[in-house]
Amino acid sequence: MIEGILIGLTTALTFQNILMVMIGCFFGTIIGMLPGLGPMTAIALMIPITYGFDPATGLILMAGVYYGAVFGGSTSSILLNAPGVPGTVATSFDGYPMAQQGKAGKALAIAAWSSFAGGTLAAIYLLFMAPSLSKVSLSFRSPDYFALMILGLTAIAAFSSKGQFIKAMMMVVLGLMLASVGQDSLSDITRFTFNNMNLTDGISFVLVVMATFAMSEALTIILKRNDPTAAAKQVSLTELGSIKIDKEERAKMLKTIPRTSIIGFIIGVLPGAGATIASFLAYGMERNLVSDEEKEKFGKGSVHGLAAPETANNAACSGAFVPLLTLGIPGSGTTAVMLGALLGFGIQPGPRLYVTNPEIFWSVIMSMYIGMVILLILNLPLIPYIARILAVPKNYLIPLILFFSITGIYVMSFNNFDIYLMIGIAVVATFMRLYDFPMPPLILAFVLGGLMEENLRRSLLLSDGSWTFLWDRTLTACILATTISIVIWHIYKTIIKK
Amino acid sequence: MNINTTKIISLLFFIFSAFYLYTAYQIQVFTFDENAPFNARTFPIYLGYAGLFFSGLKLILPDPNTIKVEHRTLEYKKTAILVLIAIIYGATILKIGYFLTTSLFLIASYYFLGERRWILMFLLSFPFVAAFMYLLHGVLDIYLRDPFLQMIGVMG
Repeated sequence: MIEGILIGLTTALTFQNILMVMIGCFFGTIIGMLPGLGPMTAIALMIPITYGFDPATGLILMAGVYYGAVFGGSTSSILLNAPGVPGTVATSFDGYPMAQQGKAGKALAIAAWSSFAGGTLAAIYLLFMAPSLSKVSLSFRSPDYFALMILGLTAIAAFSSKGQFIKAMMMVVLGLMLASVGQDSLSDITRFTFNNMNLTDGISFVLVVMATFAMSEALTIILKRNDPTAAAKQVSLTELGSIKIDKEERAKMLKTIPRTSIIGFIIGVLPGAGATIASFLAYGMERNLVSDEEKEKFGKGSVHGLAAPETANNAACSGAFVPLLTLGIPGSGTTAVMLGALLGFGIQPGPRLYVTNPEIFWSVIMSMYIGMVILLILNLPLIPYIARILAVPKNYLIPLILFFSITGIYVMSFNNFDIYLMIGIAVVATFMRLYDFPMPPLILAFVLGGLMEENLRRSLLLSDGSWTFLWDRTLTACILATTISIVIWHIYKTIIKK
Repeated sequence: MNINTTKIISLLFFIFSAFYLYTAYQIQVFTFDENAPFNARTFPIYLGYAGLFFSGLKLILPDPNTIKVEHRTLEYKKTAILVLIAIIYGATILKIGYFLTTSLFLIASYYFLGERRWILMFLLSFPFVAAFMYLLHGVLDIYLRDPFLQMIGVMG
């Protein structure tokens, strides 16, 4: 492992990669601050640029954007009470009241230090857990992978559906259907191309991500007459107050951070859960653990209440890398986008990644830590100024998002058809968003579609067409039982709600 | 059963799944693969049935969280214009070239979204696109086809 850490440090500490982490953190912070534009949009917009770099640098840039976006989301939660990403909603519960008491600077500092500590601790957990998990996952067989993918898709549908589980499952199926377009990987038989040569290679992953996130976000903002930058214009540089944290506050943070980092990391590892659930759980748990006197302060500017979700959401971001790097199965929409980008580089994440491409495996882990340091050094003093940058009117912001989306597709394919297809998918996605059809399950399904079919093919061929492979191995049966429980529970909930 | 837009979307998805399933059954597989445990049409067939199942479930089951969208407040006109500009951009980008079409696309989008500060609009189009092109083409070595710049001799 020491050798791996050194490989990671050597790769991550090159001038180019440090620069990429800085750019990623900065860019991610700005995008993450804008309500509605989360880490997935930020990463999607970065994908075309990453293709100009080697895979390790590309992934480091994306990881920087990821952390930056989560941090940016916290900033808008505290300053504007407008969480940029769902994972930072809980931050606003105590961050915004604190800002209203004239302690915005302090709230930002607590958030930044908690994020830093949460992310750093989680990077350490990842450092020790990932290689051992990789070894364990080497024993996984095709049926286990197939069952695990079904579990991942069901779990993300369950957690991202806001009570609309069936809608989310429909999006999962739609994502898998889109992934089935093009040549069959084994027989080369074309499917669902309708004799259109442009579809022979299937639909590009970048196209689907750009269409369903970046482009449809931009269209939704126009359609709903939202102005994500309006609130930023109200922020006054003089009202932030001191960013110094006193002894008592530090002591409170020291109690909160270790326990919430553990819960955040564990939730992040679970497929489908992620930063949002981690932050709410940590907030709830912390409220139960503090003294009655402290409990009273929750919702009114409590240090514990601010530090808990901030630590947990950053720890969950690191945790989400565990299934991606060790099993090759992303646990969240954001890591699904990263998996798609890795596949674009010709790299298959999974248990063998740390053997075949140790520089990628370790440099990503190391760059997480570096990213945390950079976020703290770079962003904390710059927050007021970044908030000012956000006052860019939507008249400029929206065309620029559309421009980045279309450029992303153009540089990849030089094909008009792909641009039309992207616009078409974006229009449909915009309409579906209006009716709360979630997009992350679609992306995860689209990315996993090929792998899922491959593992089902192997399993069925090995079992001579019999579906008994689903319960022949204890591990497969356990994973499948968990999946079935999630489905039954959510359908039951839908029925009894009426 | 309440008929709302979500149900209509589910019905459309049901029809789409039925069409998908029909097309999946039409996939031509090799003769020796016809009776294999798994062939090119197996997975799509399962997906078709899954689509029918979930959209059917959404149609039948009650909808406790009905989403009500106030259509009158939505900005359909501006959105449609923006989509149209994007389509025109997509149609011309290969023939005319990246630099000119992208710059014009940005200016047109700024204008239709209500911007009238022409100097700012210019600065955030032509020079901005030139700088971005330099980053992609010059620094990152990502090829950008541009017949217009080639014609006037700026690009090799």
